[in-house]
Amino acid sequence: MSAILEKNPLATLSLWSRRLPAELGILLVLLGIGLAFELFGWAMREQSFLMNSQRLVLMILQVSVIGLLAIGVTQVIITTGIDLSSGSVLALSAMVAASLAQTSDFGRAMFPALTDLPVWVPVMAGIGVGLLAGVINGSLIAATGIPPFIVTLGMMVSARGLARYYTEGQPISMLSDSYTAIGSGAMPVIIFLVVAAIFHVALRYTKYGKYTYAIGGNMQAARISGINVKRHLIVVYSIAGLLAGLAGVVASARAATGQAGMGMSYELDAIAAAVIGGTSLAGGMGRITGTVIGALILGVMASGFTFLGVDAYIQDIIKGMIIVVAVVVDQYRNKRKAKR
Amino acid sequence: MLSSVTGAHSVPAVLPTPAAPEYLLEIVNVTKRFPGVVALSDVQLRVRPGTVLALMGENGAGKSTLMKIIAGIHQPDAGELRLRGQAVRLETPLQALQMGIAMIHQELNLMPQMSIAENIWLGREPLNGLRMVDHGRMYRQTRELFGRLRIDLDPKMAVGELSIAGRQMVEIAKAVSYDSDVLIMDEPTSAITEKEVAHLFSIIADLKAQGKGIIYITHKMDEVFAIADEVAVFRDGTYVGLQSAESMDGDGLISMMVGRELTQLFPERRVPREEVLLSVRDLGLEGVFENISFELRAGEVLGIAGLMGSGRTNVAETLFGITPATAGEIHIDGERVRMDDPCLAIRKGLALLTEDRKDTGIFACLSVQENMEVAVLPGYANRGFVQQQRLRERCEEMRQKLRVKTPSLEQCIANLSGGNQQKALLARWLMTQPRILILDEPTRGIDVGAKAEIYRLIAELAGEGMAVIMISSELPEVLGMSDRVMVMHEGEVTGFLDRTEATQERVMHLASGSPVIH
Repeated sequence: MSAILEKNPLATLSLWSRRLPAELGILLVLLGIGLAFELFGWAMREQSFLMNSQRLVLMILQVSVIGLLAIGVTQVIITTGIDLSSGSVLALSAMVAASLAQTSDFGRAMFPALTDLPVWVPVMAGIGVGLLAGVINGSLIAATGIPPFIVTLGMMVSARGLARYYTEGQPISMLSDSYTAIGSGAMPVIIFLVVAAIFHVALRYTKYGKYTYAIGGNMQAARISGINVKRHLIVVYSIAGLLAGLAGVVASARAATGQAGMGMSYELDAIAAAVIGGTSLAGGMGRITGTVIGALILGVMASGFTFLGVDAYIQDIIKGMIIVVAVVVDQYRNKRKAKR
Repeated sequence: MLSSVTGAHSVPAVLPTPAAPEYLLEIVNVTKRFPGVVALSDVQLRVRPGTVLALMGENGAGKSTLMKIIAGIHQPDAGELRLRGQAVRLETPLQALQMGIAMIHQELNLMPQMSIAENIWLGREPLNGLRMVDHGRMYRQTRELFGRLRIDLDPKMAVGELSIAGRQMVEIAKAVSYDSDVLIMDEPTSAITEKEVAHLFSIIADLKAQGKGIIYITHKMDEVFAIADEVAVFRDGTYVGLQSAESMDGDGLISMMVGRELTQLFPERRVPREEVLLSVRDLGLEGVFENISFELRAGEVLGIAGLMGSGRTNVAETLFGITPATAGEIHIDGERVRMDDPCLAIRKGLALLTEDRKDTGIFACLSVQENMEVAVLPGYANRGFVQQQRLRERCEEMRQKLRVKTPSLEQCIANLSGGNQQKALLARWLMTQPRILILDEPTRGIDVGAKAEIYRLIAELAGEGMAVIMISSELPEVLGMSDRVMVMHEGEVTGFLDRTEATQERVMHLASGSPVIH
């Protein structure tokens, strides 16, 4: 039998391709899109798309917030789940954090009696709110067996409502300098990359990561292998919530305001980033590096289309098509994997 | 040519006229490869009209693969199929059905919430003038069909309310309702009682008289003698030979199937020790099984035999804490344990190799190593970080010990053959160093060579003092490996047989619920 394996050219090819980084394909797509915009840039506007540091910095800053959500969502999707609530949880966290980060020089929207708080208070409050939402998501899913789609859909609607109810729809501005510093300069990018590195390592080299893949690969087999599946799912959804909270802090600090409409439909961009990056909705497969590249692809496209002056509605049409193509490729890849 | 064939087709109960081709279906030099295995190698088979061709061979011999090719589920890599003399390509199951090939699958494919009639006519419902489903006509057609087949069931009943045997009869009726020329039956009697078997055989006799060709897969020798006109034998993906009814001989068939004496397959066993590791008293799971009591000694292999649905797998799952017992007690080392979680079971030294490798065993998208290591990760983690090097060495050691054939530990487990997947799963459990090993169908769907290795391993482990519970539907295996056999029927133990007194006949009697004949 091993002789057959050795002779099978497909098997040798798959062994050989295993040595290449799994993200090579998607990385080439990213480079291809960048180069395409570069060419169009010269052809249509006679300027470079890539050789413009200001534009690139802006793009990476925009990617950072969605990237933070996508890192959490990737882990949820690996367990065969989904998190639709991340955009709304971002908004709620942003509101709560901003309300505690206001300077006392003007009237406070909330808690008028408060004086200026140290910066860690609003930061922890924002992250805490996200974590709490994640714990609720995970506990409901683990305890009741309601599909993650429904539970997080409920959280998406409720968290958005709560974010509006919190200040009756009023935005919160006049945030302290120490708080807005979190969103200025390269800070969002640094936070994003550090978080990405942490979870890249966690997924690949820790028990947490191995259990996450095992649960996504075969939940029943994982349970029989002695994994506490319910507890682990709560942890995964809690991490996703925590990262949405962190994203809310970063977003409100960067905008120097908290608004209930923040992060609208970001959850879909986050899911798209994960899927484009090779995370399988069937579970058990997906990597943080892929998700980061997926988020960059979305960012480059948005930035590139704006640069070329493409209509925003048409941008959405093309974005939608790219997501579907990514899933088609994903399914094709799975099928080939199953056949091999 | 084609018109004459369709003409013969529409007139039933006619023996083939000289103009009609001699064979309904011919398989010519078909080869099918799966990753890591050649499932079928240069195989041939011919089905004559008005005959029953029995197909025999061990699990993994390639019978099911061949049937799936005939039914349009798989495509052959080489060779061709001829239907009434014409070469055909069957790309989908629907195409096969339209060409006149119907299959009764081993695993039942019915929708439990829908009625019997809806299940039978699924996808070809009779319509009324308004293009709506005509339920009245559907029930009438079903009653007619059941009348012809002498099946006594109400077409309006939901399939979910039927017994396993009842569902099997519905499957058979559904296959017959296509009015196909070639009917494939894949172990249709594995879940039904003797009375229903007799009923099925009478249906088969009718179909034969109508000039249909039937391919009948079975493991049971007596069935072959009862209904087959010819027997084709497969072994390890090759066609071994054919025997016709006149010159059929049981011993000859067995040696054709196995290719060696059965005695060589099962290793020598040592006598079990005195020490009782596991004792089960009046164990029950409401509505599934009750009053299960036995003791398991170190070094003992206890076989559990019974038909599908007898509760054997449920007992294993309850012992392992997957479905906690609703009655009775489990004692391990004389200490009572409330087994309500697989984690606890693993801590107490139990291991369970589950029945369905795909559903509850492997992580298909993960590597061989990731599949092996999953149950022992806590022991190889340092502040959450997995000690990759140590773990890898341990997995490599187990890979060699169990002779798992894989290009590397990084290989995706789905690419391994069934036998090697099973050995990797066994490695997963042996790495937890269990003292009580529960094996549920440990050799299902794997080839003879891998089987022999698993038997050798079980004997070795028992020799080292491990207690083993082995659930299997293959009687030779249960009898060859076990010190004692516990036989179950519909959730109850119908008897224990010692190694010396256990025979296939006695086990079958107990498994079908009738008292043992001494």
